[in-house]
Amino acid sequence: MSGLSISALHAAHGHTTVLRDLELRVPNGALACVLGPSGCGKSTLLRIIAGFHRPASGTVTVGGRTLNDDHTQVPAERRRIGCVPQDGALFPHLSVAANVGFGLPRAERRERVAEMLDLVGLNGLADRHPHQLSGGQQQRIALARALAPRPELLLLDEPFAALDAALRAELRTEVATTLRRAGATAVLVTHDVDEALAFADLIAVMRDGRIVQCDAPHALYHRPADTGVARTLGEANLVPAKLAADHAITAFGELPLTDGASDTDEDAVVLLRPHQLRLSTTSGPHTVEARVVNSGFRGHDYRLELAPDPRHELATPLIAYTPADAPPPTGETLHIAAHGTVHPLAPDQVPPDQVPNSATA
Amino acid sequence: MLPLAAGLVALLVACPLVFLGLQAGQSGWATAARLLRRPLIGTLLWHTVSLTVMVTAATLVLGFGAAYLVERADIPARRAWTVALAMPLAVPEFVHGYCWVSLFPSVQGYWGAVLVMTSSLYPLVFLPVAATLRRSDAAAEEVARSLGHGRWATLWRVTLPQTRPALAGGALLVSLYLLGEYGAFAMLRFTTFATAIYTEYETAFDTESASVLTLVLVALALLVVCLDARAARRGRVVREGGTARPCAPQPLGRWKALATAALASVTAVTLGVPVYALVYWTARGNSSTLPSTSILSATAATLGYALAAATLATAAAVPVALYAWRRATRLARAVERAVFLTRALPGIAVALAVVFFAIRYAPAAYQQPPMLVVGYAVLFFPLALTAVRASLAQVPHGVEDAARSLGVRPLAVLARVTLPLILPGLGAAFAMVALTASTELTATLLLRPTGTETLATQFWAYTTDLSWGAAAPYAAVMTALSIPAVVLLTRRTLGTPRTPKGVR
Repeated sequence: MSGLSISALHAAHGHTTVLRDLELRVPNGALACVLGPSGCGKSTLLRIIAGFHRPASGTVTVGGRTLNDDHTQVPAERRRIGCVPQDGALFPHLSVAANVGFGLPRAERRERVAEMLDLVGLNGLADRHPHQLSGGQQQRIALARALAPRPELLLLDEPFAALDAALRAELRTEVATTLRRAGATAVLVTHDVDEALAFADLIAVMRDGRIVQCDAPHALYHRPADTGVARTLGEANLVPAKLAADHAITAFGELPLTDGASDTDEDAVVLLRPHQLRLSTTSGPHTVEARVVNSGFRGHDYRLELAPDPRHELATPLIAYTPADAPPPTGETLHIAAHGTVHPLAPDQVPPDQVPNSATA
Repeated sequence: MLPLAAGLVALLVACPLVFLGLQAGQSGWATAARLLRRPLIGTLLWHTVSLTVMVTAATLVLGFGAAYLVERADIPARRAWTVALAMPLAVPEFVHGYCWVSLFPSVQGYWGAVLVMTSSLYPLVFLPVAATLRRSDAAAEEVARSLGHGRWATLWRVTLPQTRPALAGGALLVSLYLLGEYGAFAMLRFTTFATAIYTEYETAFDTESASVLTLVLVALALLVVCLDARAARRGRVVREGGTARPCAPQPLGRWKALATAALASVTAVTLGVPVYALVYWTARGNSSTLPSTSILSATAATLGYALAAATLATAAAVPVALYAWRRATRLARAVERAVFLTRALPGIAVALAVVFFAIRYAPAAYQQPPMLVVGYAVLFFPLALTAVRASLAQVPHGVEDAARSLGVRPLAVLARVTLPLILPGLGAAFAMVALTASTELTATLLLRPTGTETLATQFWAYTTDLSWGAAAPYAAVMTALSIPAVVLLTRRTLGTPRTPKGVR
């Protein structure tokens, strides 16, 4: 497998260790996303791949070429890795065409620039200067500039962060399409889950200088390795359970396990995403009594915070989404049923400062 | 009322040009043409232009090189270097000339002038370039590297163009200083327009010739301004939003020792020589007769005039700055720009204009203290305006309206809201004008009341007699007075110190 491969990467800024024993593989042609809170080291990771920062140890290879190991440090200009920084960083003294042609040999500049401007749909703007472009246009040009020399790998450092919400959503879909059409291998760094889910074939969740889990978005959402990843990917109800051969015994009754069988010990925590909870006014055999503490209308649905009856020993609040057509009765007592499969989470990785079962947006 | 006040100030500040024209026009076209056809003009033109081009080029190379090393290379003690490289500005140019001439009598003529003026003026390029390099985002240079450009290609194609407006601005200041400089060139026995004007006026009492020469000099200055405006426009750099991430210093490897040595030799020549000369001559001078009372009285006179001029200039800058800030109309901007244009007028031209005005319309004021104060105020008005403008730019635009809507009358708004907000700027303006005026020589020589000696004129009197030792303490006091101004300027240009090394 070619593409990007990083192993045993350690890095530091001065005396602060930033990356610890980091592993990451991105197959050729995949769009990968490194997702993590700010300060987790994801920008440093990107700068190491690009050759702007020297790691303490570890290897980085792209397309079979070793860029970093104990003996080698290929300089940035010989890596053939494109970069799209957060605010585009277009060269302000050059026109759009000169920006896009910056990394190209003179002979093929004209043709390739036109081709790239076509690709990002801005071929009318070749003679403009960066300050005459809108934020979204600047990012598209930055993308065209980075793709022009046909890099083996493209790095994007929160490229949409400076744009407003509507444009951000539009541009990320567009950029993903552009990259797929160009057949590029790309790594995007972000702290925005929606961006990661919408953009990537592969999401690597990063925490404290390590990649905790790297998988397809769907797999990551439904089968996170631990509670931290579960919360990073979306709101999560963490429910204490006893694991049996192929099911978990919870306050909501017996629920099948995602992987069919489990070999972990009996006491565990399982994941129930908010949409797996159904509310009704009548109680059933395996329902949990709960009071609606808070509800927020979000257009397509309602997001409810529920306080379950204390005897179920569930932490407060549980999060559930209900259809938009009927406003939920606040303050009333409802009955919650769970459906679908549950995923056991490694309980030992719960960070000590976070109370289990609380939800993060 | 505000537009009226602003317009009045602008008119007053811009009027030197008018009076120069009037004075020259008085002699008639024939005389002017005769005066202009003299071979002297050709010599002066050649001297002035060749020196300006040479020194400007040298300061650009030196200023950019020093700024690049200090801001982008991993040389040790970068902050200390920054201060040392800016400090030559604290030594007035004519004191620079004195230091070199008194130690090395062979330093004179064209190459002497190139050496002295380059080492004295290069900080005017160094400071803005260093500021631009410090503020620019690391991302642009990194992207250039990732697109396959090596360190030198990146320097040439990305870093250098980014600093272009700063280079243009620095070059403009340097060439304007060169056009207006009198003292250093007189000391180095190099004739330029400024020295010729002074000689014609002070020794030959030929006002016609002096005013015609001044007009040529002003034309040269305006030409420089136009050239600069074109250069700056071509390299327009605008950065949109986002916060800049400071560049990590580049490891120089085996070049590090060489680069540090280069900076050390620059500092030795530009700062070491003046400091050594001042210390040497002050120590020597103490053994000879030195009337210590005269340095006290000269300092008192200097400070008196400087403070009066600073008060006047700052007070005059407020309405112009406020007017341009409150309403960004074309008229307001034109008023402000007209005022800035006077920055291009060489000091000697402003001084002569004030003299002509006094002789013609206010003979009672001629060679009286107010004339010198007004001369300083007109000369250094742009300094005050820049400082007041900078602090006004920090004031959020809505505050005056908000205060008005709370039922406060406009003048009270000014007193209770606007002025308190720009108080630091007023202080900076006051300090810059006072400190600069206290080391001014050319206009002082022309405008001072008879019998008054300031530090600069007393220093000048001693050096004309070649009393190097007696002149040294005056030079030392002027240099000491200038240091706060340089610190102020450095801080304002470079802004807050670099953020610590760590990047996210």
